[in-house]
This record gives sequence, C-alpha cells and structure tokens, in this order.
Amino acid sequence: MQKVIKKSSLSISENGLEKKTSAKRLEVLKTYKIYIGGQFPRTESGRYYQPVNATGKTLANVCLSSRKDFRDAVVSARGAVSGWSGRAAFNRSQILYRMAEMLEGRKAQFIDELVQQDSTKAKAEKEVNLAIDRLIYYAGWCDKFQQIFSAVNPVASSHFNFSVPEATGVVSIIAPQNDSLLGLVSVIAPVIAGGNTCIVLASETKPLCSVTFAEVLNSSDLPGGVVNILTGKPAELASWFVDHMDVNATIYCENISDTQKMIREKSASNLKRITFYDKINWYTDEGQSPYFIMDTQEIKTTWHPVENIAGAGGGY
Amino acid sequence: MAVTKKKVTSKKSNTIKLKFDTSWEYAPAPESKSAATIKKQYDLFINGEWQKPSSKKYFDTINPATEEKLSEVADANAADVDKAVKAARNAYDKVWKKMPAKERAKYIFRIARIMQEKARELAIVETLDGGKPIKESRDFDVPTAANHLFYYAGWADKLEYAFPNRTTEPLGVAGQITPWNFPLLMAAWKIAPALATGNTVVLKPAETTPLTTLKLAEIIQEADLPPGVVNIITGAGDTGAAIVNHADVNKIAFTGSTNVGKIIQRAIAGTNKKATLELGGKAANIIFEDAPIDQAVEGVVNAIFFNQGHVCCAGSRLYVQESVAKEVIRKLRDRMQSLIVGDPMDKNTDIGAINSREQLNIIQKYIAIGKKEGAEMYESSCALPSKGFWCRPTIFSNVAQSNRIAQEEIFGPVLSILTFRTDDEVIEKANNSPYGLSAGVWTDKGSKIFNMTKRMRAGVVWANTFNKFDPTSPFGGYKESGFGREGGLHGLSAYVNIV
Repeated sequence: MQKVIKKSSLSISENGLEKKTSAKRLEVLKTYKIYIGGQFPRTESGRYYQPVNATGKTLANVCLSSRKDFRDAVVSARGAVSGWSGRAAFNRSQILYRMAEMLEGRKAQFIDELVQQDSTKAKAEKEVNLAIDRLIYYAGWCDKFQQIFSAVNPVASSHFNFSVPEATGVVSIIAPQNDSLLGLVSVIAPVIAGGNTCIVLASETKPLCSVTFAEVLNSSDLPGGVVNILTGKPAELASWFVDHMDVNATIYCENISDTQKMIREKSASNLKRITFYDKINWYTDEGQSPYFIMDTQEIKTTWHPVENIAGAGGGY
Repeated sequence: MAVTKKKVTSKKSNTIKLKFDTSWEYAPAPESKSAATIKKQYDLFINGEWQKPSSKKYFDTINPATEEKLSEVADANAADVDKAVKAARNAYDKVWKKMPAKERAKYIFRIARIMQEKARELAIVETLDGGKPIKESRDFDVPTAANHLFYYAGWADKLEYAFPNRTTEPLGVAGQITPWNFPLLMAAWKIAPALATGNTVVLKPAETTPLTTLKLAEIIQEADLPPGVVNIITGAGDTGAAIVNHADVNKIAFTGSTNVGKIIQRAIAGTNKKATLELGGKAANIIFEDAPIDQAVEGVVNAIFFNQGHVCCAGSRLYVQESVAKEVIRKLRDRMQSLIVGDPMDKNTDIGAINSREQLNIIQKYIAIGKKEGAEMYESSCALPSKGFWCRPTIFSNVAQSNRIAQEEIFGPVLSILTFRTDDEVIEKANNSPYGLSAGVWTDKGSKIFNMTKRMRAGVVWANTFNKFDPTSPFGGYKESGFGREGGLHGLSAYVNIV
C-alpha cells in the first residue's frame, strides 16, 4: 500500500505539464487518450484542448473528441450489447466488484488528479472512497433489481404471464461536470449493472479522472465496448449524443434548460429514453438507487398458455 | 359442426376446404340497436356538466359499416381545453388530492360497476361507432375496460407497496389522447391508473369514435365522481395539440401513431411534462416447423385479423420456417375463406368494417404497394356489403424484408409473410424494425420459446398465443413503439413521482 501511494505521488507531477527537474531521471508524462472498444485511441480529429485548473495550471493536452469518435464509440457499444446483456447477472456483478477493487488499488492516483483539478486532499479522498463504494453498491444490485422490479401477473385467462426488466441497449451519457469521478461512476454503474453499454462524455473542465478510470475499466475484465469514454465539449457533442439513430437512451446531468430542451426535441427522432439527473447530490445516498438502474430498463411481458384440461385446478 | 359443407379436394392435398360463404349460410343473428341510446348531439363534459363548445361547432360521427350518421359531437377548441384543464386543476387541488385513497378507490370501483351494468349498451355503441364485430366489443373491449377500472381501483390505497423504499405523489393534471381502434378500452386504460394514483384527467377520444367515451362520461356523472376529476372533450388533432401544449398539464398519455408520438415528444421539450407514448408496431409472429401448425394458423388469424387488423400490436409480419411455409400458407388461405366478413352487429361476424374512409385509403395504398413490390397477394373471396368501408382479409407471400409492406405499419387486415431457416436468421429479421411493441413465437419446444422470447426486442411477447390482454399485464413498447407501460403494477409509475 505504502509503495503504491509513493508511486502515485510521483504522478502528480507526471500529470501536470510542469516538470520537476530531477537530477536522476526525466519523468514520463502520461498521454490522456479516449477509450473506445477497449482501446485507447487518440481522437480521429487530431484535435486537443488544454483544461486549466483554478491556479491557472494547464492539466494536460486532452483529446477534443469529434462526432466521428462518438459514432465509432456507438459502433463499439452496439457490438457489445448482446454479449454484455447476455452475461449472467452474477457475472456482471463480479466485474463491477472487480472494478471497485481496481479503483481501490489506484486510489492515490485519483486523489492526486482530483487535487490537481482543484479539490482538497480530504475532499478528494472522500470522493474516491464514495466512488469505490458506489461500484460495490451497484455490483450488489446486478442480480437483485430484476427480482424487485419483476412481476408474475395473475391474468384472468389460462396463461402464465410475467414481466421482467431488460436492458434498453446503447446509452449515451453526458456525465456531471462537477464531481468528475464520483459523478462519472454514479452514472455509468447503474447503466452497465442493468446490462446496457454506454458512451460517456467526461467532465469538460475536469477530465483527468475519466481517462484514468478507463484504465481501471480496462483492467477489470469489463469487455471492450461496454463503457466508452470520450473527452471534449458538451456544447459541441451533446446534440450528436442524442441525434444518433442507434442509441436507445440518453442521460444528461446538467441543469441547462436549453440543452435539456434540445435533447428532448432531438430524442424524438427514434424515441430515445431521456433522463435528466440535474438535481442529484452524488455525495449522499440520494445518489444511488435501484431506480436509477430502472431508468435504462425496458419491461418485457411474456405470455404462454397453461393447458387447461377439463378445467384442471391444482393437483391436490 | 354439422357436415353440410361441400368437400372439395385440392390437387396437391387431401385437405377438405371449408366454404362457409357459399355452401354454409348462417342465419343472421343481429344484435339490436334498440338496446342502446345515442343522443342526437353531445356536448363537452367539463367540470361534471355538459357544456356547449365555445366554437359552437359540432362534427358528425358515422357508422363505418353503413356510412349513416349516428350523432354529432362538439368540436372543442383551445378555449374549451383551457376550461377543462382549469376544471381538472381545481378538482385536483381542492378535492381529489386531499381525498383519502380508499375513498378514491371506491369511486373507481363504482365506475367499473356501472360500466358492467351497461355492458350491453356500451358494446352496441362501440360496434356502431367503430365498425368492430359485436362479439369483440361484447366479449373483449367492454369487459376488459371494466376489469381495468376494477384492477386499478384497488391500487389507490396500496401504492406504498408498489414502490419499494419510496413514497409516491401524483403528477397533477393528466392530458390523455386515445385512438379509434379500442375507444372505450383505451379510455379505461388511461383513466383508471391516473385516478388511482390521485391525478385528475382531461381526455380526448379519437374523432371517428367518440361515442363510448361520451357514454363513459355519462357513467362518471352517474357515479357522482366529484366535478372536474375527469373531463372529456371531443375534437380532432387541433384539440389534441391544445391539450399537449397547455401549460398547466403535467402529464401526457398518448396512444396513436409513431408520427404523432414524435410530434408530441418535440412539443413537450423544454417542459416538465411527463409522457407515456403507446405507438405503432409491426410485430413479428414466428412459426417454427415443430409448432402445432393448426393452432399456429388460428393464432396467426387472431394476430392479424382481430379488430380488422386495427391493432398496434397486430402480428403483421409472419415469419414461417421454410420447411412448413407451404403448409402454413395453404391452411391460412383455407381458414381465411371461412372468416365471415360483414355486418359488425351480427354476432357471427368475424371481421367488421374498416374504421373510416381515410384508413381504408391507407390500407388500399399499401395493398397496391405490396403488389407493385412483387409480393404475391391472396385475398378471401367473400362478398362485401355495398355501403360502408370494407377490406377483405389479405395476405402477401414472397415478401422481402426490405419491402415497405414488411417495414411499415398498415393497420388493416393485411399480412406479410416471409420465410426463414435458422433461429439466428429469424431473430435478426424480426428485430430488424424500428418498432418493438409485440412479438409472437410458435414452437413446441420450451427452451426454444425462452430463447426467442428473450432475444426479441419487444415489450409484449406472446408464445403459442397472440393478442392476449389483461389489466394485470403491462403493455407497451421498445424502440419507436413508444415508452412507458400501461396495465399492471408497472403501469402505475407512469402517473406518479417517486420520492
């Protein structure tokens, strides 16, 4: 543990462009790339932007993702739907738990990044802890929410009839701008816990944790394409996130009424399911709920006749 | 059945053809119009009383089987909608919201009971106004509508059991717009959960079939429901738009075409209005070679010809495994010959009148498209009445997946038949549709049923059955068939905020 913290304290400087001059060796800087289909490509557009923290320090050269990156990510996400939703719920649960383990192991790195992005050490530590616990929370729900929200329906005719939740498919998410780690984890976890795949646009001003979180995902047995993370500007990309005809649902987390209006208007193109998480405090228990899982679930009802020989009742 | 039918042996099989239309005549068994009262004119039901429309305009509603005028109903404009919404808001704030839930429940039970008492009359009016066979309105529409009210009445004081670890609050005023295919049933589907959860209602029935909903208004009046809790206003698209756009409406529940559903979704962008949209469909109905073929054929007939095919969840795309395709199509043709098409008021009628001239035009347009696309058409040889709007039961075989008659909703008694070889192929084809309302599968193998029902992207999946409905069973679509569910436990969440 001690070793890990030590290692990551180095990364504070690695992450900044401000280089510590060391007599011994030149530090290796990390390139912040996007995450599509389990790979870490640069944006196809070749563009970048330089988010700056409150002290005026440039955080990194971050990919300024394009519409094409989003479309590539949708292809990956769509390709991953049947595999991911078809996995045993128990297996999804194991993988979410594994994600929490990986995040725990790299806690210090996230704290460092959050501190660079204007958090305090104490607040950053709290945010990372909560993010880990949130993954554990949803890991637990993976194979339980179906039982809570299913029904065997006592129809009047001679049929067996039941309703179960099922993943809606590909979900595009514009993650919370603040709480760049906790918010990100809080919106991704319920979506994938329910068997969906997603494309997430990370916080524009605080993108560092999102890329590092992609590395956590990549080492957690999460199949490529289940979660795709882009960095860039919501103002540029939001309309594409909701315009795409192969996306089933869109989640938006800011309280900007013009964007909300635009999203609902454009969602009509293929009747995407729209959810706005614009009033949620991710730091409290209000920020986690099986009802969030249900926001990207469909209810499927299945009927089958029950043979009714000679008005057969129970076989007592 | 007596064996008076003529035995005709076809060239390739020994199947006995049933020729009901020529060799077997049923004596007419008409239901009596006199058991129902239809007023000459209907006003708007606002705040518990019948009010004249501010436009002073009325429009006719006709019997599509005879083209005779049945009555005329008020044409509500934006001012009338405003009046109705104000009445609903007032009733919500002053009465309905405050009423103990168990009392609310008893009102809904009472409405359900009166509906049962007037079942015969309602069935007659439904058939006269919409053209559907009396046996369907009598045995399906009206009883299911009453059952729906019964079901949701009981939920009113039990909502804390429906949403684990949460409490609920009503949304306020619900604006509800219903279609013409199941007018009374759709009104019950919408009013029952809205009232049970504590909302008040402004409801507009479709302009071609307003009468049973107006009859329901009379029942609501008779039940002494507090004024303004349910308001029923009539009109066409403009009236619906005025409801959707009214600033004091909190919830829109719409059943109708996908096109209009999209318009509504755009119209309410930028508002906090919650929406439930039950839209179009192009259901895949899949027959495997191991299916009980005779039952499956019967199921196919029910899937596409029920209510003249005016059913959003109709099984309008039939996928038959290649090895049994010939047999299925032959049996289907034979069965179609025996369907009785004609006077909806006759208790023997299987297929009634097309709901309106507009809809008949749409169906005929698609039949022409199907022919032009090169599909092979077969229609029953039945005679059609000279007056009214009619369409023979029609099937197209040799249909390609990309044909418009395989992709677009026709909403009439027209079936497109495609074939397949493997499970994976048929899943691919079945899910290759912007719609996802319902689906069907016929096979004798249990594990195959679950494989198919799991993989088909549709809100309601019927296995070895089709077109079954129940108040306890949630109904609603995936993809462009809309969102939200009506019916069952899941239908409650469309009308509450979960807090």
